[in-house]
Amino acid sequence: MRLEAIPNPSAARKIGLPALALLATLGVAMLLALIAGANPFAVLGQIARGALGSKLAILETLNRATPLIFTGLAVAVAFRAKLWNIGAEAQLYAGAIMAVVLGTGALGSPLVLPVSAGAAMLAGAALLLGPVLLKTRLGVDEVVTTLLLNFIMLLFVSYLLEGPMKDPMGMGWPKSPALIPEARLPRIVEGLRLHWGFALAIIAAVAVWVIQTRTTLGFEIRAVGQNPEAARFAGMPVNAVLVKTALLSGGLAALAGWSEVAGLKGHLSSDLSPGFGYTGIIVAMLALLHPLGVVVTAIFVAGIFVGSDAMSRAAGVPTYIADMLLATALLFMVLAILLTRVRVVRG
Amino acid sequence: MSRDSGAEVVLRLDRITRRFGALTANDAVSLTLRRGEVVALLGENGAGKTTLMNILFGHYVADAGSVEVFGRPLPPGNPRAALAAGVGMVHQHFSLAGNLTVLENIRLGTEGLWSRSRAGAREKVARLSRDFGLAVDPDARVGRLSVGERQRVEILKALYRDARILILDEPTAVLTPQEAEALFATLRKATARGLSVIFISHKLHEVMAIADRCVVLRHGRVVGEVDTHATDKAALAALMVGGELSLPRAEARVPGAVLMRLDQVSTPDRGAAPGLKAVTLELRAGQITGLAGVSGNGQAALAEIVGGLALPAAGHLWLHGQEPETWTPREALARGVARIPEDRHHQGSIADFDLTENAVLEGYRTRFSRRGWMDWRAARAFAEGIIKGYDVRCPGPETRIRLLSGGNMQKLILGRALAPGPEIILANQPVRGLDVGAIAYVQAQLIAARDRGAAVLLISEDLDEIMSLSDVVHVISQGRLSPAFARGTMTAAELGLWMAGQKFEEAHAA
Amino acid sequence: MSEIVDILISASFWAAVIRIASPLILATMGELICERAGVLNLGIEGIMVIGAFTGWMAVYQGMPLWGGVAVAMAAGMLFGLLHSVLTVPFGLSQHVVGLGVTLLATASASFAYRLMLPQVTSPPKITPFQPLYIPGLSDLPWLGAALSQTALTWFAFAVAGLVAFTLYRTPLGLAVRAVGENPAAVEAQGLSVTGLRMGAVIVGSGLMAVGGAFLTLSAFSSFFFEMVNGRGWICIALVVFGAWKPGKAVLGAILFAAFDALQIRLQQTALGAVLPYQLFLALPFLLSILALILMSRRAEVPAALMVPYNKGER
Repeated sequence: MRLEAIPNPSAARKIGLPALALLATLGVAMLLALIAGANPFAVLGQIARGALGSKLAILETLNRATPLIFTGLAVAVAFRAKLWNIGAEAQLYAGAIMAVVLGTGALGSPLVLPVSAGAAMLAGAALLLGPVLLKTRLGVDEVVTTLLLNFIMLLFVSYLLEGPMKDPMGMGWPKSPALIPEARLPRIVEGLRLHWGFALAIIAAVAVWVIQTRTTLGFEIRAVGQNPEAARFAGMPVNAVLVKTALLSGGLAALAGWSEVAGLKGHLSSDLSPGFGYTGIIVAMLALLHPLGVVVTAIFVAGIFVGSDAMSRAAGVPTYIADMLLATALLFMVLAILLTRVRVVRG
Repeated sequence: MSRDSGAEVVLRLDRITRRFGALTANDAVSLTLRRGEVVALLGENGAGKTTLMNILFGHYVADAGSVEVFGRPLPPGNPRAALAAGVGMVHQHFSLAGNLTVLENIRLGTEGLWSRSRAGAREKVARLSRDFGLAVDPDARVGRLSVGERQRVEILKALYRDARILILDEPTAVLTPQEAEALFATLRKATARGLSVIFISHKLHEVMAIADRCVVLRHGRVVGEVDTHATDKAALAALMVGGELSLPRAEARVPGAVLMRLDQVSTPDRGAAPGLKAVTLELRAGQITGLAGVSGNGQAALAEIVGGLALPAAGHLWLHGQEPETWTPREALARGVARIPEDRHHQGSIADFDLTENAVLEGYRTRFSRRGWMDWRAARAFAEGIIKGYDVRCPGPETRIRLLSGGNMQKLILGRALAPGPEIILANQPVRGLDVGAIAYVQAQLIAARDRGAAVLLISEDLDEIMSLSDVVHVISQGRLSPAFARGTMTAAELGLWMAGQKFEEAHAA
Repeated sequence: MSEIVDILISASFWAAVIRIASPLILATMGELICERAGVLNLGIEGIMVIGAFTGWMAVYQGMPLWGGVAVAMAAGMLFGLLHSVLTVPFGLSQHVVGLGVTLLATASASFAYRLMLPQVTSPPKITPFQPLYIPGLSDLPWLGAALSQTALTWFAFAVAGLVAFTLYRTPLGLAVRAVGENPAAVEAQGLSVTGLRMGAVIVGSGLMAVGGAFLTLSAFSSFFFEMVNGRGWICIALVVFGAWKPGKAVLGAILFAAFDALQIRLQQTALGAVLPYQLFLALPFLLSILALILMSRRAEVPAALMVPYNKGER
């Protein structure tokens, strides 16, 4: 077999195939439910209800979506330039650390939030700067370096929480002291458990979208991602563009950790992120790297997680079904997107 | 020498038809090849030569028609079948693995994957090298070989598999005239041993020199089949282009001031590709300077310097009598240097960008944005202007450029480069791979730019193109640049000696 | 300083080095085969997890130890099949597919674990491979103790030898080396690029899974969620460090294991009292990055690595 490009794919093909991929994922979900000895329809219903069934469920889903929007944006920005930043997990923790460093009393009130947000972005950006410079200067593959940095960062956080950043009142638990109230993100609507991090995430998505479509930097990022040789020939400073992309991407990923600490948890612990950095890759790919799409897919992915938790408590199907579904959705989706552009022919 | 027409038919292509969408690449093409004979397959780019060979080799399946080798039908769509039947092909782009040795490349695929390596391969390769005059070290890594040596490995590969039919696709495109002569000697040895050869080319003098018979393709059809001793170049040319016009003649003009000057410029070697060796070159207003040479002799290094991608490692670059402090593509563009890149797919365009985005690739920062914000309205207007002004056939500026034909893609790149009215134009292989109409168009635009007073540097491997367009010609060989030869002062044969490097040695000795 | 020397000359240290190197060698050989054929397999981390889990579970369910190894290999090959179908004939991004396979394989192991052992808090143990007694060799002073290793360790070194022999001495290996450099050349010689690449990814994934199974069947005796803990990514660095050559990659794995064994022992010395233990644990990852930097300009990368091949697109 070989692949042949379809010059002008039909709208049916462009919508139908991704829809089919989601349907196939649904099929896998039902199959897994069957394997676990549960009623597949009941399981799907419980996931949906767990994610969207009540005001509380919806708020929980949106809260869970907040860091995913940030990490999804970070990945989408980087992948657009073919910069394989798999280190959003580490950058997230860099942001979280800055939220604690600046949020536990060092700064006076009105300044603390914007300053700690800025510091978080700088820390995340700095963390990705190393791998990207190794890539542009020495040709070291950034996939492996960013992955390895995730492990190093987790150990560093563990060190901080057991040493210099340990909460003396923590009763031996490795967690940081709580943020001062001025360093906490307020709720969007009083009485509803949804913090301003969610609103900021949406603002960030719009900002990224504007950058990508309206600015010269966005044009450069897309050009470098599609064809770095042509970009260089046309006079674009390819390495500088990659560095700028990395700063943007690392900064966005750091905001995920910052908003989790400042908005949701109020302190740092080493289980702050259940893999938000990695899940951001799925979020970004399902959104086809479109920044506004990231908002939608992040809420979808968060819903699967929240819903699966609820379902697992009720139906006894392991909650890891969520991770399996998302990985499956990712693989089905990349295949579906390819097949909107090419067809398989014999010979 | 003409072959006995009663000799055994070894290959018969019978009314092969293949369509790609609306395009009929091969329209009932028939061809026979006899034992010990060289048949030339002649045609312009896009005439259907490559498609025909891909069908023979099972890369494509024909919509109609059949292939017979040594009297037996060849099953369609199976690349192994042609190899097993004794057909060997030397592609224009060599298919060799650079990390393997010559011997390993030759053995590849000749032994069962699950067997042990067979003994005696080395001896067989040594014998074939000797018999056919194909000297090459069997233990050398292919990545380190010159282009001519790699071609010998390709031929050895086919002979090692006991090929009785050799197909060579544009084999001389990468050779000096002298290396081409050596190749012809090998082919004569092969035919003397009863092998048969199909020689694909669009160079008439070579076809006349080596082929017994000539099959001419045009627009996917066989438009003529002639014995070479019964015809001449003019007749073949007429058949090939079908009365469409050949190369334009540029009238000589009085050249103007020196706009760009390279003074004793050297660059380091890059792997097998030689760097520049103390090259001095002047580009004058109102003059086309042609750079002839076999590809891989330093043209790339020279083009990078002129186009702003590299600074000379030694020597000086002068623009309008000044040495630029920084020298980047942006700086080059700002100082009125237009660049038409060698590879329009990889360097010249971004496949999934639309025509507007591709049109502003070079000027987006200076002309189509303000303080970092893109001005898409101006960009689109610019793209529409190019599409109209340079006859780019397309549905509109929002078409992705990958959907355009090579000619239309090149016209957009040409328009992008020429629209700002550049003073210096670097045209690197501007017509390679284009159809006849697009070639004429691009060349006419270059001449028009010269007549407006631009200095044009034309780099091409096609000596005919260089000689017909250039006001002065330099030859580049192993990174060395020949003196400038004014139009009409040199014959192709003399330039060939420069291309082969021989004249450089003589000049050096003298 | 003398403490370090004492460690370095002890037989138990070198026994640990070889033990730590074994799973790395298996998985590194797997990755090396894939990359030599032109496919970057980022599924390695997840495939090691699934190998660790399935091998252990099979033995827990009553299969013999080698049966567990076979099950792990089969599971790895299954995920290798998934990876190769998507990356070879369909030519999808090897980065995205590889990460997807890692996520899927890891999640599958977690899901199956929870399904089969819903209630347990600490995972049950199995009886793992025991060190082999080799008459003559095992009785030698020092060397006997250093080479007191399980059959799976000997298997790992045998695999490395077999991979090297196949790559450099057989027509199959020649074809694999060629397909990672110039697939068009392989196609032109009548061999199937798709077949070679898929085969390499499937076999390589099988080896990665056996590397994972080493952790549960030889090194430890039960399965933990985080037990692979980045070893897969380290193996990718080892392939680069070994310049895509099996012999050098094995040496790299041993060198790496020596540092790892050393840091474990250093934690118990005076140094361990001064420095945080996290620094020691981070050492393998820091070393991997360092190895990548050192080798960045020297190695010859397979030219067609990460470049999908589509017939007829020349």
